[in-house]
Amino acid sequence: MPKVRKSAPTSDTPGRVRRGGGVMSSTGLYIATGVAAFLFLVPFYIIVRNALSTDAEITGENWKIFPTDIQWGNIGELFSDETVPFAQSLWNSAVVATLHTVGVLLVCSLAGYGLARIPYKHANKVFYAVLGTLMVPTAVTFVPSFVLVSSLGWVDTYRGLIIPGLFSGFTCFLFRQYFLGFPKELEEAARMDGLGYWGAYWRVVVPNSLNFFAAMATITFINGWNAFLWPLVIGQDPSSWTVQVALSSYMTNQTVVFHLIFMATAVSILPLVFVFLFLQRWLVQGIAQTGIKG
Amino acid sequence: MSTTTKLDLASSAPAKASSAKPRRGLRGSPTFAFWLFTGPFLIGLAIFVYAPILWSLWLSFFEARFTVTPDKFVGFDNYKYMLTNDDFVGSLGTFTVFAAFIVPTTWALSLGLALLVNRMRFMRAFFRSVFFLPTAVSYVAAALIWKMSIFSGVRFGLMNTVLGWFGVENIAWLIDPNPPWYWLVIVTARLWLQSGFYMILFIAALQNIPEELYEAAAIDGAKSGWQTFWYITLPQLRATSTAVILLLLIAAYQAFDEFFNLLSKTTWGRPPLVELYYKALGESQDYGAGSAGALILTVLICAVTLLQGKIMGFGRGDESK
Repeated sequence: MPKVRKSAPTSDTPGRVRRGGGVMSSTGLYIATGVAAFLFLVPFYIIVRNALSTDAEITGENWKIFPTDIQWGNIGELFSDETVPFAQSLWNSAVVATLHTVGVLLVCSLAGYGLARIPYKHANKVFYAVLGTLMVPTAVTFVPSFVLVSSLGWVDTYRGLIIPGLFSGFTCFLFRQYFLGFPKELEEAARMDGLGYWGAYWRVVVPNSLNFFAAMATITFINGWNAFLWPLVIGQDPSSWTVQVALSSYMTNQTVVFHLIFMATAVSILPLVFVFLFLQRWLVQGIAQTGIKG
Repeated sequence: MSTTTKLDLASSAPAKASSAKPRRGLRGSPTFAFWLFTGPFLIGLAIFVYAPILWSLWLSFFEARFTVTPDKFVGFDNYKYMLTNDDFVGSLGTFTVFAAFIVPTTWALSLGLALLVNRMRFMRAFFRSVFFLPTAVSYVAAALIWKMSIFSGVRFGLMNTVLGWFGVENIAWLIDPNPPWYWLVIVTARLWLQSGFYMILFIAALQNIPEELYEAAAIDGAKSGWQTFWYITLPQLRATSTAVILLLLIAAYQAFDEFFNLLSKTTWGRPPLVELYYKALGESQDYGAGSAGALILTVLICAVTLLQGKIMGFGRGDESK
C-alpha cells in the first residue's frame, strides 16, 4: 500500500515538494513522530507493567519503570478471584462478539447486495428507510430498545445481547457501497451460466469479496468485543456480564485491588491487539475502501 | 442507484427445468429476490430499530414509572419536565462543551498524524500501527488506565509524578470540578482511542491527491510547506474532512462509556446518554421521561446532522462510488 513517490523533478529544491507539504526537515519529522508514538505507547506499557506488579509497587512512593520482580501469579489470582466472574465474562464476550460478527456479516451483506444490485422499482425508498436509521445513533435508542427487549424477556440472555445489535444500518450501507463498486461483468457471466441471484451471490460475489468481508469482520468483532452500554443495560446478573461490564465493575467496587484490575484489563485487550497486528493490512485497506471517503 | 435492467433479460433466458422448485422464483423474479435478500435485515430493522422508537414515542406521552404498559396519559408533560430539568438541559450543555473540545482536536491530531506518517520514507508501517493500535482498546479499559494510573489524583498517578518533578502540587483530576480538570482526562482518553482510525481515513485521502497538483503548484512558484498545505492539500481533503467531522460529532453524541466510568459517582459532567441512563434505568425507572429525553436528543441529532449536511454538502448518500 505505501507507494514511495519520487519527489517532483521539476522542483528546484528536490525532495522538498511532497504531499502534505513539508515545513519540517526529515530529522524533525522523525523526532515529532517518535515523540507522538512514545506517548501513544505509554498507556500500553502501564497496563503491562501494573498487571505484573504487586499493589505496593503500583501505588508506591517511588515509581519504578520496571517492577522489581514480576508477578506472573497475578494471572492465576485473577481467574480464581470470586468477587468478579471474570472467566465467565470472557466466555460471554467471546460468544457474543463471534455470533454478533457472523450475524451482522450475513444479514447486512445480503441486504447491502440486494440494495446495490437487484433491480426493484422501490429499492430507493427501501434504501432511504435504511439510511434514515443512520441519523439516529444506536446509543440514543437504548431506552426504547431496553423497554422492548425486557418485555420480550430477553434480559440477561445471549439473545438479548446479540440479536438487537445485528441490524446495523451503517454496516448495510457500507456493504451496499462496496457492492456498487464490484465489477458487474463477473455476475453477468455467472448469470449467463444459469445461476440465479442467490447462486451468483454465493458462488461468485462472496468468494471474490473475501478481503472486504475480512475487514468488515474485524471491525465488527472489535465493536462487539468493546461494546459497553448495551451489555451494561442487558447484563443485570453478573453471570451474563461481558468482559467490559466486568472491567467496569472493578472501578465501582469498594475495595480496589490494583494488580487484578490491570491484569484484567491486559487480558481483555490482548486478543484484540493480536487480531489487530495480524489483520492490519486488511483492516487499513478495508477502512480506506469502505466509501467513508465521501 | 445504478442497477441495470439488463439483468432482467438475462434472468428469463436460462430457466433450467431441472432446478429445484423453491428456487424458481429466485431465478425469475428480481422483486422476489430483492425481498429475499433484504427481508431478514428489514424485518430486524423494523422490530429492533423502528418499533422501539415508536414505542418510545408512545411511552413519552404517559406517566411510565416501573412499567412499560402505562395507562396514565400525560400529554407533553414528560417533554416539559425534561426541557425544564436542570440535569437534562445541563447534560446538553456538557455535550456541547465536549463536542467543542473533541471534534476539532481529533480532526487536527488525526490529520497531523496522517501528514507525518504519509511523509515517511521508512518505518511508515510501524508508526501507522502504533497510532492505529489504540483503536483496538475499549473505552472502558482506557477509562480504567486513565483513572487508576495516569490521572490518578494521588501521588502515584503518572501525571502527578511527572508534574511533581517540576514542583507542581498533586492535582485531583477527577474528584474536583473546580477547576474542571476532568475535561483534560476525558478528551485525552478519547483522542488516544480514536485518532488512529481517522488518521487512516486521512492517509487514504492524502494518497488519492494527484501528484501533478503539487508539481503544477511548484512550477507556479508556490512554496512548499504551509502554502501547498493551505492551497492544495487542505482543499483536496475537503470531502474526507467533512465526513470525519460528521462521524466525530455523531460519536460525541454517543459518548457514554468513558464518562460513565471516569465520573460515575459525580453529578457533574454528565453527557445526555449518561443522564438518560440514570433517568430511565436508575432508581426511578422513569421510562416516560427517559423516552421523552431520548426523542428530544434524536430530534437534535437529526437537526444538527441535516444542518451540517446542508452546509458542507454531505449526507445525500446516493453518489455511487
